[in-house]
Amino acid sequence: MSARDAILARLQLAPAGAPATLPDLSGWRGIDEPAAARTARFRANMEAAHAEVHDCDEQNWPELLLAIAAAKGLRTLLFAPQTKHGIRLAACASQAPHLVPYDRPAAAWKPEFFDGIDAGFTAAKSAVAATGSLILWPDTREPRLISLVPPVHFVLLDAAAIHADLVAAMRAERWADGMPTNALVISGPSKTADIQQTLAYGAHGPRELVVLLCRRGSASA
Amino acid sequence: MSQPINFHPAAGFADRARAAVDDAHLRKSFRGAMDFLQAKRRTQFPDAAELASLRDLGAAIRRHALANLPNLLERLESKLTANGIRVHWAETPADANAIVLDIARRHDAQRMVKGKSMVSEEIGLNHALEAAGIEALETDMGEYIVQLAGEAPSHIIMPAIHKTKQQIAELFAEKVPGVAYTENVDELIRIGREVLRKKFAAADIGLSGVNFAVAETGTLFLVENEGNGRMCTTVPKVHVAITGIEKVVAKLEHVAVLNTLLPRSATGQAVETYQNFISGPRKADELDGPDEVHLILLDNGRTQAYADVQLRQTLQCIRCGACMNHCPVYARIGGHAYGTTYPGPIGAILSPHLLGLGDTHALATASTLCGACVEVCPVKIPITDILIRLRSEAQSDRASRLRGAGQARKPLLSAVWSAWAFMYAHPAVYRLGSWLMSRFRALTPTNQGAWTRSRTPLKPAPKRLRDLLAERGERQ
Repeated sequence: MSARDAILARLQLAPAGAPATLPDLSGWRGIDEPAAARTARFRANMEAAHAEVHDCDEQNWPELLLAIAAAKGLRTLLFAPQTKHGIRLAACASQAPHLVPYDRPAAAWKPEFFDGIDAGFTAAKSAVAATGSLILWPDTREPRLISLVPPVHFVLLDAAAIHADLVAAMRAERWADGMPTNALVISGPSKTADIQQTLAYGAHGPRELVVLLCRRGSASA
Repeated sequence: MSQPINFHPAAGFADRARAAVDDAHLRKSFRGAMDFLQAKRRTQFPDAAELASLRDLGAAIRRHALANLPNLLERLESKLTANGIRVHWAETPADANAIVLDIARRHDAQRMVKGKSMVSEEIGLNHALEAAGIEALETDMGEYIVQLAGEAPSHIIMPAIHKTKQQIAELFAEKVPGVAYTENVDELIRIGREVLRKKFAAADIGLSGVNFAVAETGTLFLVENEGNGRMCTTVPKVHVAITGIEKVVAKLEHVAVLNTLLPRSATGQAVETYQNFISGPRKADELDGPDEVHLILLDNGRTQAYADVQLRQTLQCIRCGACMNHCPVYARIGGHAYGTTYPGPIGAILSPHLLGLGDTHALATASTLCGACVEVCPVKIPITDILIRLRSEAQSDRASRLRGAGQARKPLLSAVWSAWAFMYAHPAVYRLGSWLMSRFRALTPTNQGAWTRSRTPLKPAPKRLRDLLAERGERQ
């Protein structure tokens, strides 16, 4: 008998316990509040987690992003050239930082990717107010590692896409109908408290997380 | 590098506990960490009613998953397979190690980076890989520190909780080439980051645990703060995930609900930095992600726990570690004294299924049954009831399905307790017995085994309570 069949057989032989019905989550409600309060809650939670949040609009976000990056002294900025927001960004002339398109498989340029890129830029699909979290939905155009490898991560978020909590986001966006290769929920810069419970940022992922909170209408792809 | 697998704990538990209690530094490390974690958890649950309803829901989700475990595992397997994730089943640690080694061999892999996985500790994977000439590097900062020191984790969430900043500074200066002594935590983390970054880029295989596996969508859910888990599951060309068979849940939503309890109970943070939902290998036109994703489902005694309706509740555990953070015994002896992969209250009730009761029965006795663990458990595992059950299984002479049951039975002790039970059930015998004991109290032995190792001997009173009451009645 295979290990699989042996394990399943043992489980099936076990006595039934008390009957357990599917837990009823129909009453699950995140905090019900107006959009402005939800945005404020998202922002406060993100900032408490050590992320920067900047207000912007559909017109000015590329300039703002580049200005913040230049002020931080970032030399290179990795972006996804085939996304709507990537195309917008690329249309802006930038001396510093130098814009680097992510257009080759990661395996083809790992040393340069891991050592030579100062920052990455992605959009968020949506966000969660209750925990101050960004939802990223990487795909063929916007790969997973932009939000992980560079030491600074810029994220463009449409303020209209902030859900009360993760359950609400999963329901509204019908996650169960089809998941991407790797969905991500990001709630701040990378951190650790493994040395004597002392908090330190930039453990393995980005040291800094910069959110561009875009009001009025959608700017992301 | 870490402690050998099948490091069987029972024999030495009392000695290790004694040594830990005598170690002032260790006591201070744990006391400080436990106070810190308890306070942080408290601030996360200011609303008792919210906590109560969340715990009800968390327990219901886990109980539902266990009640339907075989069906959910089959559903999970078929969904994962449809998503392109290869599913392997392992009955024993040796089977699981063989599966990992086989995958490594097929890819001619020399270097593995590991995200935090207690199941990989449980099976002694690092030893198996080293024996096969494959470098297995821990990348969680705490695990990396513990591995550098040649130790095992002392806590399931914070592996290096027993170490002070100074000890880690010395360790880095000694073990990491070109590093000068520094106690600056930011600097120490930066050093770890630089060392491990090169390793992520060079690794052939990434290994991770799994927090929950979702049957509905065929999704592996992993949480972490550092980003090393994402590195291990994204950068190398092969990702191997390993988990116990009990970690499955029915629906994707259930993960979101359980994760309102997990980080708040574990470290007192509202949410982890990264929630990672993996539902397949890299698609043909994606620029990153592993070409292959494997999931190993491990039994290793879990089906034994499952076979008993009471003990099955052990498998509800979501591995938050709140039970150890609130345990007065764990706080005083630390994780290493237990000698098992999983220490603390959850370790005491889980380890007997993994290692047999013969080697682990002492762990269930390391509890005052104060119930602090039961109060904080986010999925309401009746830990104290299970501790009592395991104590009696260890002493029992009745047939039991538990491996190693009855191995702690001592005939003399059993005879004493049987006599005690008989006496207390028969008033006449009780009266005679207590009269004899007070009469011949001078004959009480001064060596009373474990009791007198750290306490003065017990001696019956010269007058029984009933005698004192009788005298008092006469006086009035």
